[in-house]
Amino acid sequence: MSLQVDIRKRLGSFTLDLAFTAENGVTSLLGASGCGKSMTLKCIAGIEKPDEGRIVLDGRVLFDAEAGINLPPQKRRVGYLFQNYALFPNMTVAQNILCGLNREKDRAEKQRRLREMLCMMQLEGLEDRKPAQLSGGQQQRAALARILVSDPQLLLLDEPFSALDGHLRDSLKIEMRDLLARFGREVLMVTHDRNEAYNMSQAIAVMDNGRLLALKSTKALFADPGSVQAAILTGCKNIAAARRIDEHSVEVPAWGLRLETKQRVGEGLCAVGVRAHYFHPAAQQNRFPVRFVEEMEEPFETILQFRYAGQTPDSPPVWWRLPKDKKPAQFPEALGVAPANILLLYE
Amino acid sequence: MSIDLFPLWNSLRIAAISCVLVFFTGIFFAYYAARLPRAVKGVLDVILTLPMVLPPTVCGYFLLLIFGMKRPLGVFLLQFGVKFVMTWYGGVLAAAVVAFPLMYRTARGAFESFDQTLAYSGQTLGLSNTYIFWRIRMPACRQGILAGTVLAFARALGEYGATSMLIGYTPGRTATISTTVYQLWRTNDEKGAMFWVLVNLAISTVVLLSVNMLEARQKKAVKA
Repeated sequence: MSLQVDIRKRLGSFTLDLAFTAENGVTSLLGASGCGKSMTLKCIAGIEKPDEGRIVLDGRVLFDAEAGINLPPQKRRVGYLFQNYALFPNMTVAQNILCGLNREKDRAEKQRRLREMLCMMQLEGLEDRKPAQLSGGQQQRAALARILVSDPQLLLLDEPFSALDGHLRDSLKIEMRDLLARFGREVLMVTHDRNEAYNMSQAIAVMDNGRLLALKSTKALFADPGSVQAAILTGCKNIAAARRIDEHSVEVPAWGLRLETKQRVGEGLCAVGVRAHYFHPAAQQNRFPVRFVEEMEEPFETILQFRYAGQTPDSPPVWWRLPKDKKPAQFPEALGVAPANILLLYE
Repeated sequence: MSIDLFPLWNSLRIAAISCVLVFFTGIFFAYYAARLPRAVKGVLDVILTLPMVLPPTVCGYFLLLIFGMKRPLGVFLLQFGVKFVMTWYGGVLAAAVVAFPLMYRTARGAFESFDQTLAYSGQTLGLSNTYIFWRIRMPACRQGILAGTVLAFARALGEYGATSMLIGYTPGRTATISTTVYQLWRTNDEKGAMFWVLVNLAISTVVLLSVNMLEARQKKAVKA
């Protein structure tokens, strides 16, 4: 079971140009808005046509520019959950779900699968309602029911939680994760929210300006984003230009210091990143004198901004984020970072 | 006094038939014009909307230029016994041409505001494009399409200029309510003219009231 995508498409200000293979499980496309994530989904679903390339799902060619193959969306068997869910407003929940069963001709079987899906998605009692009469979470379940009942070979989710408010979002994430695990086929999810990507997916593809920067397992990506853009997208707050000195040390001119690294430093290193959580007053390695600048409180954490003693004046302050109960009474004179927590970033 | 009710019957059939014609052609062009390349679309849009802004007599003049009895097309059609000049179904043609832009433009506005993701999700679910058009796009755009249809009907019913140019006024053959009003007033039959004015007012009021009722019912249905 796999999805192979290798496409190019000229868009207004940039060119979508990416190649990747998504294996079993949930893969997230993570990127800033307007980087081509949704366009990628549309190309896979057959709503948009790439200029060149190939899309193959489980050995079935969906699109091949050279061979002149371009299956219509109706024949691709790719489920697409739109950001606004796209439930048909003039139809009831049951009629919407029956739309997903249009390939099934046997009436009794249709009704049986409708009942089964209503039950599975906890939509019983809502079947005669119109979409406008449902809550956001119910709309999402109805839209998913309509897709799952059509038995797609691949599921595409476009920012599935963006239409929901915070409280509901967290509980639905868990529901959705379990549901996708039971679905058992490839899922490609588009999001600009790194937490969502981390929560939901086994692998993450980082996109920027129509290009694929990295495709790694979720944990590996957060541990080693590899590029500046990927580091930013995974939420790294402290990034500074850096120079390789030797296999295990780098120089960071903006901070006026040298850092030891656990990972081997390769040629072509351009920057380092340190996540705001990774500073520690007791750490002995990469320990340098610091000066407190400013504090910003959050409900349960606090952000302490500081500058290194040798930091250049035009570089932004460094962020240190820690739980409130761990906040020291006195701002420490020096802070350290474990060499394993220095992110090495390349072009 | 006995009144010949032919103009009522003639006006209603002309308005009804031209309204049906305009309903389908207006929707067809509104739907396909949106998919044409921009340059072609701009030109087509101007041509399709012209009858709305041209004086109806000018439309009638153009119709005579095309379908007149001495014109190639008019002569050609006559071989099949089809004659748009001085016939009641010529009135259908005149009313349809003048009412068309109203349907075309309102339907186009409705289609343009249609949420395209509904069509996309229908396609990915395997629904045919025909099904999506009639069962999803049309119902979602029904307010605009209904409004366009009513406007087109009302316009066709009140058509005077192009109609009088193309089919003239022959009592019992081509007379419509609006040409009858003019003819009776011209011949100093004020009572007769007033009768037809009142008939026209009554029909228009009923049409508009029923549209308002339909809309109110739809809003209720959505809220409930």
